[in-house]
Amino acid sequence: MTTPAPSRRGPAEAGRSGMWARDLLTEAFAGLFGRPLRMALTVLGTVIGLAALVATLGLSRTAGNQIIGRFDELNATEITVLANPDPNGDPGPTIPWDAPQRLSRLNGVVAAGTLSEIDVGDDLVSASPMRDPRRRTDFKLAVEAASPELFTAIRAKLHSGRLPDRGHEQRGDHVAVLGPNAAEQLGITRLDGSTAIRIGDQVLTVIGILDEVARKHTLLSAVIIPEGAARSLFALQAPQSVVVETAVGATSLLSRQIPLALRPDKPDTLKISSPQPPQQLRAGVSRDLNVLFLMLGGVSLLVGAIGIANVTLVSVMERVGEIGLRRALGATRRHIAGQFLMESVTMGVLGGVLGASIGMLVVVAVAAYQSWTPVIDPFVPLLAPVIGGVTGLLAGLYPALRAAALQPVEALRSGT
Amino acid sequence: MVEDSPGIDDERLVEAAVPMVELTRITRRYGSVAPVEALRSVDLEVRTGEWVAIVGASGSGKSTLLNIVGCLDRQTSGTYRLAGVDVSTLNDRQRAGMRSHYLAFIFQSFHLMAHRSVLENVTLAEVYGRRPRTGRQGRAHAALSAVGLEGRTDFLPTRLSGGERQRVAIARALISGPKLLLCDEPTGNLDSATTQGILELLGGLHDKGLTIIMITHDITVADRAERRLRIADGKIAGDG
Ligand SMILES: Nc1ncnc2c1ncn2[C@@H]1O[C@H](COP(=O)(O)OP(=O)(O)O)[C@@H](O)[C@H]1O
Ligand SMILES: [Mg+2]
Repeated sequence: MTTPAPSRRGPAEAGRSGMWARDLLTEAFAGLFGRPLRMALTVLGTVIGLAALVATLGLSRTAGNQIIGRFDELNATEITVLANPDPNGDPGPTIPWDAPQRLSRLNGVVAAGTLSEIDVGDDLVSASPMRDPRRRTDFKLAVEAASPELFTAIRAKLHSGRLPDRGHEQRGDHVAVLGPNAAEQLGITRLDGSTAIRIGDQVLTVIGILDEVARKHTLLSAVIIPEGAARSLFALQAPQSVVVETAVGATSLLSRQIPLALRPDKPDTLKISSPQPPQQLRAGVSRDLNVLFLMLGGVSLLVGAIGIANVTLVSVMERVGEIGLRRALGATRRHIAGQFLMESVTMGVLGGVLGASIGMLVVVAVAAYQSWTPVIDPFVPLLAPVIGGVTGLLAGLYPALRAAALQPVEALRSGT
Repeated sequence: MVEDSPGIDDERLVEAAVPMVELTRITRRYGSVAPVEALRSVDLEVRTGEWVAIVGASGSGKSTLLNIVGCLDRQTSGTYRLAGVDVSTLNDRQRAGMRSHYLAFIFQSFHLMAHRSVLENVTLAEVYGRRPRTGRQGRAHAALSAVGLEGRTDFLPTRLSGGERQRVAIARALISGPKLLLCDEPTGNLDSATTQGILELLGGLHDKGLTIIMITHDITVADRAERRLRIADGKIAGDG
């Protein structure tokens, strides 16, 4: 048997009521983790709410980034120049034949090629000689005239054969390149030196079949001939359009320079168009969706907050005796309130951390399924525990005040 | 959350010139419409080192008196000095400081936390009052071996017998080094053999100089104290 340890405290230090932060945490955690299942169920609402918020923000960001990414890659580097019909009725050519050469001298132009639609009247296109006499062999196909540079500007990939060059152009060779759909219709799958097509009465040697193009997808179903042939066979007067691939970010400046480079005398006879980013529409659509999901998250969060408030209140009622005991041991009202607040904040933060993790998993899973790149603003997962903590704080306020308001004597009497 | 010192002078306590407890015309009234006078103008002095038993019929005002002495409740009128300090002038936080540093309680129903180990139940008494965290475990172990429970530190209270639970409560009371131990029916839930063990523990603490005030309605328990107060109808009806 030993005596109670004699107090080593001086009078000045005596009678202090205080609490170390670590003790506050220990007591709050012990209160929570003493009933792990109840805590888990309580936290669930906050988890769902914050998971919904994080997933919504992450997914809309991911989807938005995806659309912008696709747009950036092609459309943001494309300019099409069209011949504007002269308002004064001047029939003279508006786009010069040497447009590709002129434009390639401009800073920011990656590639530029001219493209014109050929009016072949009622002429049909057929393979020559006929491949299969029993099948239909004449087709109405679009015929386009292109400068050699156009294939670079539209990022054409060859399936077989070769692309026309300046030589074909200048000699006016009767050659053609087929889009893959056109080749399939005509039944042309392989090229040998003698593969040819017939456009009306004109016979042209097929020197290449395209595999794919990144822009001007109508060319996939067209017959493309050099401009030299177009001039001699179909009396093409002037190019109808120029397709320009620019460096990233150069479109707006080039849009102003190109008319001057092509037609310094009459720049307004040219119409410049670059694809408009469909931003406004998309923003509108995703804003509606976002509002819906954010509201869903907000409601779940509210339900979560009510859950925390409820359970904390029940916990206060169950632990009245413990509160009385703590008061008897020297706890102030503030210590009691602090402990229950700490418990509810802990639940909120925990819900936030779990919710953020689940939300990010959802974003990653959806992105993986869609083969997108998952994008999440870094502040979103960091913000979730903060929102959870604030939710817990607000939810715990009333129960904590109730606990703090208990009279020690009453608390000790009614609890064990 | 550090609170100012109410300024008890330990030196004066040692001299015993100042009574540990000094109640002057203490009245406690409950309710305002049809007020109940639980205590009526009670005068009482308890000197340092005394072991006082309070006896009386149920509802006579024993617990009310002990709660006022324990700074858990406030009197309606009168003056209460604890170790020379007029505690009615202290605010709630200062009174909490007094409870943490000068007082300890033992209850009939033990008041142990069911989900915490025996050791944690004892260290809880050091959580409030800004005592150093270092050495806390050691002090708790010492207090538990002082009540003969060194082998039970990791148990949950639910695994202990009633007598063992009350010993845990005594260890919790001892760890903070109190000046005044207040017991409200400490043996009320215990059988007679266990009661003897608890009384021996209290006797040992009394022998070491601890001031004890103990409510009981068991006369054999009251006989172990050196002074018996009889309370009837909110007044002291007998002292000696
Ligand atoms: N909170 C309270 N409100 C109203 N009356 C009370 C309250 N606490 C105690 N009393 C009354 O005060 C009297 C003394 O009670 P108490 O001190 O608990 O008696 P004892 O501990 O001696 O049994 C009783 O009549 C009791 O009903
Ligand atoms: Mg009583």
